Amino acid sequence: MKEQPQKPGFSKKPGFSRRHITEAIAKGFMLLSFAVVAGSLGLILWTVLVKGLPALTWDMLTQTPKGGFYLGKEGGILNAIIGSLYLAGGGTFVALIFSLPLALYLEIYLGESRWGHSVRLSLDVLWGIPSIVYGAFGFTIMLALGMRASLLGGIVVLALIELPIMTRAMDEVIRRMPADLEHAALALGSTKLETASRVVIRQMMPGIITAILLGFGRGIGDAASVLFTAGYTDNIPTSLMRPAASLPLAVYFQLGTPFPEVQQRGYASALILTIIVLVISLGSRWIAARVGKFSVK
Amino acid sequence: MAEQALKNLNLENLKKEGRIFRPSLPSRQGQEKSAGRVFFVLSIIPVVLVIAVTVALFVRTWPILQQHSLWELISGTVWKPMKGQFGFWPFITGTFWVTAVGVGLAIPPCLLTAIYLSEYARASIRAMMKPLLDLLAAIPSVVYGVWGMIVIVPLVGNTLRPAFDRWLGFIPLFASNQPTGFSILSGGIVLAVMIAPFIIAVIYEVMRTVPEGLRHASLGLGATHWQTIRHIILRQTLPGVIAGIVLGTSRALGETMAVLMVVGNVPQVPKSIFDAAYPLPALIANNYGEMMSIPLYDAALLGAALMLLVIILIFNIASTLVLQRMLGKNWV
Repeated sequence: MKEQPQKPGFSKKPGFSRRHITEAIAKGFMLLSFAVVAGSLGLILWTVLVKGLPALTWDMLTQTPKGGFYLGKEGGILNAIIGSLYLAGGGTFVALIFSLPLALYLEIYLGESRWGHSVRLSLDVLWGIPSIVYGAFGFTIMLALGMRASLLGGIVVLALIELPIMTRAMDEVIRRMPADLEHAALALGSTKLETASRVVIRQMMPGIITAILLGFGRGIGDAASVLFTAGYTDNIPTSLMRPAASLPLAVYFQLGTPFPEVQQRGYASALILTIIVLVISLGSRWIAARVGKFSVK
Repeated sequence: MAEQALKNLNLENLKKEGRIFRPSLPSRQGQEKSAGRVFFVLSIIPVVLVIAVTVALFVRTWPILQQHSLWELISGTVWKPMKGQFGFWPFITGTFWVTAVGVGLAIPPCLLTAIYLSEYARASIRAMMKPLLDLLAAIPSVVYGVWGMIVIVPLVGNTLRPAFDRWLGFIPLFASNQPTGFSILSGGIVLAVMIAPFIIAVIYEVMRTVPEGLRHASLGLGATHWQTIRHIILRQTLPGVIAGIVLGTSRALGETMAVLMVVGNVPQVPKSIFDAAYPLPALIANNYGEMMSIPLYDAALLGAALMLLVIILIFNIASTLVLQRMLGKNWV
């Protein structure tokens, strides 16, 4: 916080003039909006916790839905938990395979060139496309190929959604790296490929981990795209061609039933999903900080 | 000594010592060239993907465009797929209303919060804020939807709606025509909270880039904090503020799950913020199940996806052009 440059003794108390009143009012409004924003976001976590915790049982985590689960009978949402981990894990893995070389290429080879500019622009456009449009796109492609809703379809669509997110995240990391590092490697006679694969990639390790977990978090929370492409099932998927359940859809379907017991479980499922996302978000910071120790500052 | 060192350096010795043998310059350059080609192919993917998404959706929409004119589809207000009537106007207006209410509600508190964080807050609060914003941006939309159903819908239905009806009911915009809280306002509030972390993060980052010297100069001339913010900081960061709002808006336009759960989903042209609406993403997500059973229904729904895509593309391109013009002028 910066103080107004006033020497003590030189000017006494600030005068009670109009601009000071404005200042006080503006500051009051700012504190109020800060409280509103922080409060409503805190309220979300609180609501999910309070509503979800009573219904959260061990069975929910360890069992698949039994007959009559959606009427309030016993069972759990293990199918959705495993399905979501498969979908988001697979999607992130595929997206990483493409986004890491892409980010390296963008920075080290293309830089500020015209083609680099177009690639970045299309990544921005892809970033802005809503997941439901990706879902519809994936659906038309699967229809054309004669595929049914399957784990594979869900993974591919999630990879498409995560690709721009992860590429831009890693692109930013490389851009913020000290340029000397790259110059030194090149000056020692390394080719661009060697610079990218031996020097830059090591330096950006924390950034890669952050990007992976960013993509994973986005993938596991995405409902609109997997609705079309991965379908929903009460079983744990055994192959790539089988449909897969996912947590966001489990929440949605359970809340859509008219039975209070099932809705309670919907809240509990939302709590599970929130906890997974929070753990990932906090975990990525922790891991990135640990790995970051080994990079050049 | 020097001679000895030179001897050790020759290749045979290096190999014997078990050091890695580096390939010769020509083969390394060959590697470099082929890697460049592979990389180039990779970089085509994003560009091709943008085109592929548009073309694929357009191809699937084509059948309905042959039977109904584009104008008829966009301006039609009747949605009866069973009778072959596909009017998208209720859904387009629904998307517009929910987004406008959401962004409108989000802008003032987000802007003030970002200013507070950047200009007034202590370093400890600032350090806490970045991880918190990341965390909140990562919360899945379905969780926001659950929160909306539990907290916002009853709040709007039982408190805000009767209050507005009583005091401001004569204004058509605030009239209450239906008894529940599943309405545009609920969707807007949920959206506003959802996009807040994005908008705040962008505006805050931009405000931190304003050089300290400018602040000091203004304060040194005797301006108050607020005067400095209004006349110096906000003027400097206007393009960044707009970019933040654009980012939030394009997220709001395409948001599906959270909105779908609280907005009521009635295919009508809304007249008041307490009316139920049916935005385009909700339409697609709700009806994908039966879309193959009714003729042209699939073309209509994928057409809705295409419309959404086109709206977002136009919005993003227009805002990019505006920003570039602004940056081309006297902004730093």
